[in-house]
Amino acid sequence: MEDSERTPGFNIRSFLRPRPLPILGALLASLVLAGCGDRQSALDPQGPAASTIALSWWIMLSIAAITFSIVMGLVLWAVFRRQTGDPDEISPAQPDEDSRFILTWGTVVPGLVLILFAGFIIYTEVALADDDDNPAERIEIIGHQWWWEVRYPDRDIITANEIHIPAGEPVDITVTTADVIHSFWVPQLHGKIDLIPGITNEIQLEADDPGTYRGQCAEYCGLQHAHMAFTVVADDSDDYAAWVDQQQQVPANPEDQDLIAGRQVFLGSACVYCHRIAGTNASGEIGPDLTHIASRETLGAGTIENSRGNLAAWIIDSQHFKPGNKMPPMDLSGPELQQLIDYLESLE
Amino acid sequence: MTVAAERLERSWESPTVLARVLATVDHKAIGIRYLVTSFCFFVIAGTLALFMRLQLAGANQDILSSETYNQFFTMHGTTMIFLVATPMLSGFGNYFIPLLLGARDMAFPRLNAFSYWVFLSAGIFLYSSFLFGLAPQGGWFAYTPLTEEQFLPDKGLTFWALGLIFLGISTTAGAINFIVTIFKLRAPGMSLDRMPIFCWAVLATSAMIVLAIPPLTGASVMLTTDRVLDTHFFDAGLGGNVLLWQHLFWIFGHPDVYIIFLPGAGIVSEVIPTFSRRPIAGYYYVALASVLTAIIAFGVWVHHMFATGLPQVSMGFFAIASIGVVIPSSIQIFAWLRTLWTGRPQLKLPLLFVLGFLFTFIIGGLTGVMFPMIGFDQQVTDTYFVVAHFHYTLIGGAIFPIFAGFYYWLPKMTGKLMNRALGHANFWLLFIGFNLTFFPMHIVGLMGMPRRNYTYDEGFGWAIYNLLSTIGAFILALSIAVFILNLLYSRANGEDAGPDPWRAGTLEWSISSPPPAYNFRVTPIVRERDPLWMPDGFDWADDAPETGRRRPVDPLQHELIATSVLDGNPDSVDEMPHDSYWPVILALVLLGLFYSLLTEQFWLAGLAGAAVMVAIGGWLWPEQLAAPEEGESA
Repeated sequence: MEDSERTPGFNIRSFLRPRPLPILGALLASLVLAGCGDRQSALDPQGPAASTIALSWWIMLSIAAITFSIVMGLVLWAVFRRQTGDPDEISPAQPDEDSRFILTWGTVVPGLVLILFAGFIIYTEVALADDDDNPAERIEIIGHQWWWEVRYPDRDIITANEIHIPAGEPVDITVTTADVIHSFWVPQLHGKIDLIPGITNEIQLEADDPGTYRGQCAEYCGLQHAHMAFTVVADDSDDYAAWVDQQQQVPANPEDQDLIAGRQVFLGSACVYCHRIAGTNASGEIGPDLTHIASRETLGAGTIENSRGNLAAWIIDSQHFKPGNKMPPMDLSGPELQQLIDYLESLE
Repeated sequence: MTVAAERLERSWESPTVLARVLATVDHKAIGIRYLVTSFCFFVIAGTLALFMRLQLAGANQDILSSETYNQFFTMHGTTMIFLVATPMLSGFGNYFIPLLLGARDMAFPRLNAFSYWVFLSAGIFLYSSFLFGLAPQGGWFAYTPLTEEQFLPDKGLTFWALGLIFLGISTTAGAINFIVTIFKLRAPGMSLDRMPIFCWAVLATSAMIVLAIPPLTGASVMLTTDRVLDTHFFDAGLGGNVLLWQHLFWIFGHPDVYIIFLPGAGIVSEVIPTFSRRPIAGYYYVALASVLTAIIAFGVWVHHMFATGLPQVSMGFFAIASIGVVIPSSIQIFAWLRTLWTGRPQLKLPLLFVLGFLFTFIIGGLTGVMFPMIGFDQQVTDTYFVVAHFHYTLIGGAIFPIFAGFYYWLPKMTGKLMNRALGHANFWLLFIGFNLTFFPMHIVGLMGMPRRNYTYDEGFGWAIYNLLSTIGAFILALSIAVFILNLLYSRANGEDAGPDPWRAGTLEWSISSPPPAYNFRVTPIVRERDPLWMPDGFDWADDAPETGRRRPVDPLQHELIATSVLDGNPDSVDEMPHDSYWPVILALVLLGLFYSLLTEQFWLAGLAGAAVMVAIGGWLWPEQLAAPEEGESA
């Protein structure tokens, strides 16, 4: 009863007092704008799964924003409204009215909203779980501290840190790990799936259009967790066929003297203990396969761009770029280094 | 001072300075120690966060190495969860639970002192790892197998696992003490449903601690034996199970979120009625909501593991259970709203901090409701979106209420009112700094920035939001400095608070500020909830009740009245223990035991184990009861 007496006395001045809400509004607006044209943003989805998830986010955000405005508005109104009577007098509890209010707004209303929400969750999950049984490609990802081994078992392709897929088609990816837990995540295509010792997990990816989508390890995996990135390159069908064809080639024995010398540097140094190059005796499994190293865009799992200068610097002292990674500094003379790089750059 | 009061002083106060420092069992002294110690850890862990924010202020910065950064975020999380949030709320509980209940001390005063000393020792143990450059770097969640010796061979993770086992002793002992105190030491007449809501919150929290710590301790023991004795609990290659760690950790970890939040909510349930000038609306529902939260909290842990590839149906179950947690929270929020609405709110400093709590906690709660959307969870888990979310719930749900608690109860503890202007500066800096730090994290998280990365590249649009967060973090730090300044200034120069500056309804305001060593000269008899507000709310029990089993309570002795669990009828008169050096001695020999386990000096550990038995023996050795002084019997 007291409430209805107070309502007309609603104090507009106190309501218009400066509040942090406008700041919040501005930040929310920037949130809407964020994510345009970024290579790793969940708000810029480029595949069916990521689109479904992004839509669910915008719906949940809208409901949350409305709920927040109502509840916080009521709280602020309750505190700032004009009051009558002795400010220190104790008002009695109103057990029946209090209970009715709390049960209605604290249990029934949120309960109904949550039941609808549960339905929405199940609906979304069913949509996301609807994998295509005939994937266009099967890919195996093996996590290593701190890089990604990529295998195409049906095509005998082994590569690293760069995953090519055909655009517009579903691709099955199975993930395992060689050491600790990692998490495979391409925000523009799908959510995360963990790489866990002793467990094989699966995820189906699909990119709507050709493009390059960046991913990154999302489970803390030690010193260089921050430098364990990769790219998913979605190709149109011709480009994809060409890429597969190229990756299946075993590099021919070089005829150029310089390249032969470079290969000799590679085979005669510590490189072979950790790296593999098809068609040679180098068959190490600790580091990434280098058979087609020159075709890849980055070095050190997304740490630096794959350029001639960077490649040289990486070989001499990769620890500078990625402290703690397992590649020791290489002690090579200038000419040896030049020959080695010439050789590696020929591995397209 | 009356003769009676003098006698009580003599009986309850520590006889010497040394005893006051090392042997006291006074719950108020212990409460203050908890508060001060955990506040120091808060400042340390906050400083670690400032360094991390500097490192992330821009792309590709080089202020911290990856190793140092990883150590800092591990210790930041570990400290804030284990050495700040829980013990700080223990501090409030220790100081105020007996006062709210009308009791003279906690049920087990020596165990209480022991809990504090173990907390301090475990904190020192964990932080001593920095001295050797061996701070743990496995994250506060310490996922195996990264945390196994094979991948992190230095002693850091052994420090971490042993430190948590050690600390678990303190937390568990403290929780048992709260449970028994709340069940048995309420003033006569204070039936369970007349007990202040804060006590309900601490009761539910303590029950959760007793159930949640064993999985953590068990997991930590397994991790320790994996590292020290070469067992293979978490080694998939040799038949172990990596996910076992995650299940055990989150069976502890998710309830722990509510272990941190519930006492904060309890403080809010004291502050809102006092400053709304009416009893809390829906007392039974709010009390029940605390208990319900404690139960549901144990059924939702898998929502931390939605990316681990569990079957859809199991994930669905835990998703639906997780949205169930909303109900007890919304009951509390609408009970607070109703209280504000039908009362006459006075916007004094404690209530201002409660408004800050509601603002941040509701945002954190609403982003929390999004995680049961499994696909969305898989998208944002382990990104800055989650970092934003849980800082909104934990800083919102615990730090804002803790500050409300400080501004509400410090006048009781110091006898001085806090300065208003500094208090407002404290609030606005905290509020603006907090939101500026953590709101942008929602955005960078959605833009794809993962957690626990010591650096990031340009070109993702993350840098500007990170810069905002860094600026916000320093504003937040400034607010903490203003609070410390306010505390020191007001303690020296504040206005006298008097016994009841807020004209509040609960028993702690019926005695002087600060309270005497014995709290209540005469044990109150309670007839109503909010006894100070009701015309016949309580009596001073001049004639001590006959308990049937023993002589009537003698209010002048070192005794208190224990009451029955449900109705608060007088049950027995218990002689309470005096100061003792054994708790601190036992804590120290335990510290020795843990250091010897850490260094794998097992013969030394055996010796320390024997010393532990001796200390326990000394503690339990029967004492000659002092003969009552002449003429003391009433």
